[in-house]
Amino acid sequence: MAEIITENLEHRYGAGTPFEHVAIRNVSLRFAPGEMVFLAGHTGSGKSTFIQHLNALLAPTAGRVLLDGEDINRSKASRRDTRRKVGLVFQYPEYQLFEETVRKDIAFGPRNMGLSEAEIDERVSEAADFAGVGEEQFDRSPLELSGGQKRRIAIAGVMAMRPSVLILDEPTAGLDPRGSRLLMENLRTYREKTGATLLIVSHSMEDAARYAGRIVVFREGEVCLDGTPAEVFAHPETVYEAGLVLPKTAEIARLLKQQGIPVDNPAYTRELLLEAICRAAGLQA
Amino acid sequence: MLKDITIGQYFPGDSILHRLDPRAKLIAVFLYIVALFVNSSWLANAVMLILTIILMAVSGIPPRHILRGLRPMLFIILLTGILNLFFTKGTPVLPGWIITWEGISQTIKMMLRITMLIIGTFLLTYTTSPMQITDGLEYLLSPLKRLHVPVHELTLIMSMALRFIPTLIEETDKIMSAQKSRGADFETGGLVQRAKALIPVLVPLFVSSFRRADELAVAMESRCYHGGEGRTRMHELVYTRRDIVAICLAVALLGLLIILR
Ligand SMILES: Nc1ncnc2c1ncn2[C@@H]1O[C@H](COP(=O)(O)OP(=O)(O)O)[C@@H](O)[C@H]1O
Ligand SMILES: [Mg+2]
Repeated sequence: MAEIITENLEHRYGAGTPFEHVAIRNVSLRFAPGEMVFLAGHTGSGKSTFIQHLNALLAPTAGRVLLDGEDINRSKASRRDTRRKVGLVFQYPEYQLFEETVRKDIAFGPRNMGLSEAEIDERVSEAADFAGVGEEQFDRSPLELSGGQKRRIAIAGVMAMRPSVLILDEPTAGLDPRGSRLLMENLRTYREKTGATLLIVSHSMEDAARYAGRIVVFREGEVCLDGTPAEVFAHPETVYEAGLVLPKTAEIARLLKQQGIPVDNPAYTRELLLEAICRAAGLQA
Repeated sequence: MLKDITIGQYFPGDSILHRLDPRAKLIAVFLYIVALFVNSSWLANAVMLILTIILMAVSGIPPRHILRGLRPMLFIILLTGILNLFFTKGTPVLPGWIITWEGISQTIKMMLRITMLIIGTFLLTYTTSPMQITDGLEYLLSPLKRLHVPVHELTLIMSMALRFIPTLIEETDKIMSAQKSRGADFETGGLVQRAKALIPVLVPLFVSSFRRADELAVAMESRCYHGGEGRTRMHELVYTRRDIVAICLAVALLGLLIILR
């Protein structure tokens, strides 16, 4: 299992040109094996830049990334190794499909790893199952499928490499509510069955509240909040300052509190809100 | 990264060069290039050098930036220099040597002129947005419409191409990163292997370019685009006094260099 640590990570785009821009600075985080972490933040806060450091696609302009205690940028071989252990699904990954058939496309990663045909087949079936790609699609061209289906194929393509850490950049962006719900459920199942670490970039605080074990909030390239959903949503001001919103239930709890009704916890799920309201009502009755 | 290729890319600013009419700049650059080659005396080279330095100073673009833009051209400049150095006939520097005094002076002049040529054109593209350049070209070439040259269509294609180059570079970068994440390797192996490694990049790139072209066509049609006939412009180009002055100065310079020949 893999532990990722970043130490004072900084990234400047266009260093030394008039367009120099510091996208992230001072990001020191630790991701324990098996964690389910949501990375949230306003557009442009540096989330995508950050995650591309975790599998050595971007090299930090300062600081280090350690995978199981070793700097991932120490050599070309270590970078390649890292990409096998840390799988990254880009935003709108459906645009990267290129093979003639779905099966071949999902097999691209495992094939690059030099696995045997039998092993590749096994992994393709497994990954397709995890990502919700039906077997009946295997021999079709990815280009003739719907956007949502393509996205699942692209996600399966990364899962098929069996990474210890799976990172997804806004996996539900542009999906319909049901599609995105199903995808989140798939991802949760994936993590439960494989024990992989899951890092998900998302704007959806509802999803974060429901699925995250931990939420890291980025603001202007720096981490401004890091903790369990309960800890993070206990700082609504900071959440708003980061350009995000609270889950609706937490918002309702906050409004009730402003009205003088004593709901105490940050009720970030329906169950918690219900409980808080009952408690408040019980007290008043 | 591919993104770092910024040769001659527009550098926004507010210098006098930025404010000149693009047509005036196109004409002036054309005359400047002709001037570079009509007279090869040391005096002419000195005049052009001083002019180039003044233009660089006036443009407000950091000299460092201009010099960095020259770097990719260094090979061409050096190659021309070397060819001139070895293949110019004349008096040998030392008896029996292939290098001649004429060759040395020719090399210096040639390298100087090519450098100035590149700087001159860079100053045009640095201070003029691609949109302005194509607009200017369309105006200047519009007499050719009488000869049924599709000037409007050609310049439209050019401005779209320019507009989409950064998008395409960004997209290529992104797809390459995505495929690298899936273990694609673009850096090792022989020529054939490397060319094959590009398939996973080129296919999605083509697909998305066609999609983008489609979307663009629909967007243009839904705004009633119907070609150049009778189309008015948002920014009419108007010559001002300084444009006239700039063109006159360029003509005068060229005339002077021809007389001094
Ligand atoms: N390739 C790039 N070149 C230059 N600047 C970039 C590049 N990618 C991102 N940026 C800038 O870095 C900042 C962070 O971007 P990004 O990491 O994409 O944020 P997010 O994913 O949180 O929206 C933004 O200001 C963005 O404009
Ligand atoms: Mg992003």
